[in-house]
Formats: sequence, C-alpha cells, structure tokens
Amino acid sequence: MGRYVLRRLLQLIPVFFGTTLLIYALVWAVPGDPFAGKCGDRACPDSYVQFMTEKYHLDDPWPLQYVFYMGHLLTGDFGQTFGGRDISEIIAQAYPNTLKLALVGLIIEAIIGLTAGVLTGLRRNGFLDNLVLVSTLFLLAIPTFVSGFLLQFILGVQFKIIDPTVSSEARFSELIVPGFVLASVSMAYVARLTRTSIAENSRSDYVRTAVAKGLPQRRVVGVHLLRNSLIPVVTFLGTDLGSLMGGAIVTEGIFSINGIGREVFRAITTKESATVVGIVVVLVMVYLLMNLLVDLLYAALDPRIRYE
Amino acid sequence: MSNVYVADKPSAAREGRPSGRLLEVEDLRVEFRTRDGVAKVINGVTYHVDAGETLAVLGESGSGKSVTAQTIMGILDTPPGFVTGGEIRFHGKDMLTMSAEERRRIRGEGIAMVFQDALSALNPVFTVGFQIAEQFRVRRGMSRRDAKKRAAEMLDQVKIPNAKQRVNEYPHQFSGGMRQRVMIAMSLALDPEVLIADEPTTALDVTVQAQIMDLLGELQRERQMGLILITHDLGVVADVADRIAVMYAGRIVEEAGVYELYAKPAHPYTIGLLESIPRIDEKGQQLRTIRGLPPSLLRIPTGCPFHPRCPMAQPVCAEKVPPLLQLGSTRASACHFAEELVKRD
Repeated sequence: MGRYVLRRLLQLIPVFFGTTLLIYALVWAVPGDPFAGKCGDRACPDSYVQFMTEKYHLDDPWPLQYVFYMGHLLTGDFGQTFGGRDISEIIAQAYPNTLKLALVGLIIEAIIGLTAGVLTGLRRNGFLDNLVLVSTLFLLAIPTFVSGFLLQFILGVQFKIIDPTVSSEARFSELIVPGFVLASVSMAYVARLTRTSIAENSRSDYVRTAVAKGLPQRRVVGVHLLRNSLIPVVTFLGTDLGSLMGGAIVTEGIFSINGIGREVFRAITTKESATVVGIVVVLVMVYLLMNLLVDLLYAALDPRIRYE
Repeated sequence: MSNVYVADKPSAAREGRPSGRLLEVEDLRVEFRTRDGVAKVINGVTYHVDAGETLAVLGESGSGKSVTAQTIMGILDTPPGFVTGGEIRFHGKDMLTMSAEERRRIRGEGIAMVFQDALSALNPVFTVGFQIAEQFRVRRGMSRRDAKKRAAEMLDQVKIPNAKQRVNEYPHQFSGGMRQRVMIAMSLALDPEVLIADEPTTALDVTVQAQIMDLLGELQRERQMGLILITHDLGVVADVADRIAVMYAGRIVEEAGVYELYAKPAHPYTIGLLESIPRIDEKGQQLRTIRGLPPSLLRIPTGCPFHPRCPMAQPVCAEKVPPLLQLGSTRASACHFAEELVKRD
C-alpha cells in the first residue's frame, strides 16, 4: 500500500510538468499585447516596455520562458503580475473562497443526490421515481448560467430571500444558493448513479442471503445493500470536487464571488500568463490529489481491491 | 439398478419423531407473470420434512425445485413470482398467511438456507466473521466481541482450519469448498430446525463435493435437523437422503424412500434419470438420455406433462393429468401406469 502511494505520488511529477507546459503554451498562444492599455489612454513609453520585456523575458521563445518560470516555481516563487502584485497572494486570497463554494456544492450534491437515488432505487417506477427522473432531466438540461441567473433573480431580486451577490467574506450561509447552482448538474448525476447502483445491487444474491438470514429490512438495506451500492458514487463525488472548483468560473461570475474563476478570467483577458498558470497549477494538483484519494478510498470500501 | 450404491444407514427419522410435521408444503402453486405470458412454475407441489430427516428434491433445471425453496424461505422475487395457492406449514402454522415480521423471525432460526454459489451469496465487502456474527448480534443481542467469538466457533464446527484467523478474512480469500463451508456455518448459526440446501455442491469440483455432502450429513445428524437437499445430481443424494421427491414441470412426479426409488422407480421420468447416469461397465457406449427437452412453462403439455418425452406414453397420457397416488404406505407416483411399473420385475 505504501509503495503504491509512493508510486502514485511520483507519477504526479510528469503529469505536473506536462499540464503546466500545455497551459503555458496555450496562454502564450492567446493573441494580444500585454502592454495594450496598461498605461492609460496613451501607449506605454518605450523604456517601460523594454524594461518589462527584459524583466519577464518576453522576447525569448516561449519554451525558454517556461523553463525560467518553472525554475522560479520550484523554489516556491509564483512570480508577480505585470502590476507588481505577488501571484501567491492572489492565489491565497482566491482559493479559500472557491474551495468553500465547491465544498458547499459537494455537500448539497451528496445529500440531495444520494437521498433521491436511494429512495428511487428502492421503489422503482413509483411517483417519486418519476418525479426525480423528470427533475434530474431538468437539471442536466439547464446550463449553469441559466439556473444561476434565474435563482439570483427570483430569490435575490424578486423575493429578496437572499442577497443577490456574495459578500467578500463569502460566508457559508451565503454560498448555499451558489453552491446549489454549481452542483446542480452533478447532483442529477449522483441521483441517477445511486439509483442505478441500488437497483442493480438489490437484485444481487448477497441481498437475498441477508433476507434469508432473517435480518430486518432496514439492516438489509442500510448495511448490506448500501455499502456495496455507494462504492461508485463515493468515487464520483471525490473526483467531482476538483471539477466543481474548476467549473466555478460561471457561478463565481454570476454571484460575484472573489474566487479563482474570476481571477483566471481577468488574467486571461489581460494576458497575465504567470497568473493563469499559477492558479491552474494549484488546481491541477488538487485534482490529482483528489484522484489519488479516491483510489485509496476505493480500496478501503472494497476489500477485493488491493494495491501492490 | 444393482450398480447404484445405496448406503444402508439407520434413519434418524424413525427414532422419536414428534407428533406433528415439522415443515409441510401442500398443493403449492406459483406462477411467474412475464412479458411473454404467465409461466406456471409450481403446479401443486406437496412434500414434507420432519426433524432428523433428509428429503432430497430431484429434478432438471426449470423443474421448480429452487422456486419451491425460495417460496418457503419467502425470498421469491415478487414480481414476477406470485404464490397463487397452497399452504406452507411450519409446526402446523401456515407461513403464507403470517405477517411479514412473523415470517422474518422464522428465517434463520426456524428455517435456514444454503445457496448454490457461495461467492455471490456472501457479501463481498464484509468479512465472513462479520456476516456470521451479525446474526448473533441482531437476533441474540450479543456484544460485538462475543458474537465474533461465536462466529469463529461456527467456522470451527464446519471444519475450517485456523478458524480464529480466518474469521477476519473476506469471502474472496477462501477457496470454493471453504466458502461453501462458510455459507453452511452462516446458515447454522441460529440453530435452525430445517435447513434447505439449494444445490450446495453444484459449483464445486467432485472431491470437494463429497466432503461438503459428508459435512452436511454429519451436521444434520448431530443437530437432528430436517434437511431439504435440492439437487439435479443423483449421485449426490444416494448417501445422505432418506426420501427422494422427483420434480418435473413444477410437480412432484414421484416420491419414495431412497432405497425403493433406486431399486424400483415407479415413474418413467425417474427411470430415465437413473438410466442416464454414466456407468463404468458400459464404457465406450453412448450415454443414455431422455429424449426431448423439458417443456416450456409457458405452454405445459396437456395431460401428463412428461408424455411427449415418455417412452411408455399412451393416448390417455395426453388427456388426463395423473394424480400423485400412494403406492403402499411409503411411496407415491404420478403416472397412469405406476402400479404396473412397480409390479414389473
């Protein structure tokens, strides 16, 4: 087990270099001049452009720039924006908010999705099953920017139940509606995945054995059926945290949450490549570590899986 | 039939049988409502088992022997399966009219079941110890530790070596034979009065089959249980069974003591089954088979369901369903010509 974890951690190294290189190249390929509009209405003075170009190695070919960048990054230096702000500071400010939003989303998704999935999986073709089927279809079909603006307008503007925008502290109570919006599509997935898994496993031989042993119904379902059915769902939920953080850009925009989505968007439009890469590098690491965690969780849930 | 070895073992059933029957199935009828129509899977099955007695239920796949067992256990899948008639009496009380809670209490303690494929019948994500111990915890209110200890004792009783260590292992860590022993230990945990073993050795190889059958026979005698042994393998039943009920198309076609049945079968289907056992003195010759296939349960033939395949069939067989008639005090057959078959030498 220890060796497996070590091997997986070592595998992170090439993935880390590969993804950063790719992102670096992509940001570099975006057209535009980083100094356009930097100095107000007039063009930037040549001396300034020359100074900045040298400081940021902008005349070198991009692979070389990448090498310079990685050299700094490996010493823990995320670099600075063209405005001279530390990028690590931006990351430290934006990430907690996005993480909070994604966690709220994940919790909502797990509670509602699992409950709906278990109930409908046990009673297939009933009223509730059809209700959930239709509502998951809705959730899957409506894009986040529609459901986000809709809920913001109805709950925030019309009925004034919530504030239409989230304050800069991003309290958990404020994040419930944005979290719901962010997780709505995944929630539908979780509900359907759980339903299928429960339905499939409820016909299995070991459930029949549990009944034949004279165990009460709640134990048959709550212990024997649930443990097996939740394995695929739990792994989905684990990997989904990374997706939720990466996908928060639209939701953050709608509810003006100060998270990484907004920072990335701003950095891309101003061609702040170092900022984009810095934020995405952390995101990639979160994603990779969550994946590792899920694989380990998988082995803990299913004793037939052993990593050697 | 002198080539078939029949153990002349003393039947425990004859000593101290309680007055009432332990488990009786009477005129049980079950149908499966499928998209293709209604399949009449069980068409009036009647059999019983007493304490200390082994009844073997014999039949091809699809004859309804497993469905009967599932109906007794109350684990029939509904839908598609529906009980449409008959009674299942345990200590004289009809289980089909009991409340769900009453029936649940009988499971495991009154009647327990051993399934064919222990690998899929055991829960893959819990240790075997947990799966045995949970019965002591849920049904006997034992502490976690005591229940675990009892579970290890159960494994020891079914002769699993190193029971104390193996109690913490998962089903996939056991070999096929050992897994079936775990299954047996689990079914016996609450000391049931009746044990139903549904093809307990079919998934095992031959040497292990014999060990498991011996174990079952031994445990049955020790505990004076009623044992219903469901099988399609005539070789398996000879040593352990007291009586045999032969099923065909959801009916009992013949019931007799094991010796009587092997010596002088009273139904053409039983004759066919016995003749289809490979024999060492006929090596090199073609195996004898029963011609044709078992009938589709959606369209059971009129009259005697076996008549299209029967070498003795007469016009009457296609018209009248032969009832299961007593032939003397110990045996019964559902053939129009049963008496002639018995008299024949």
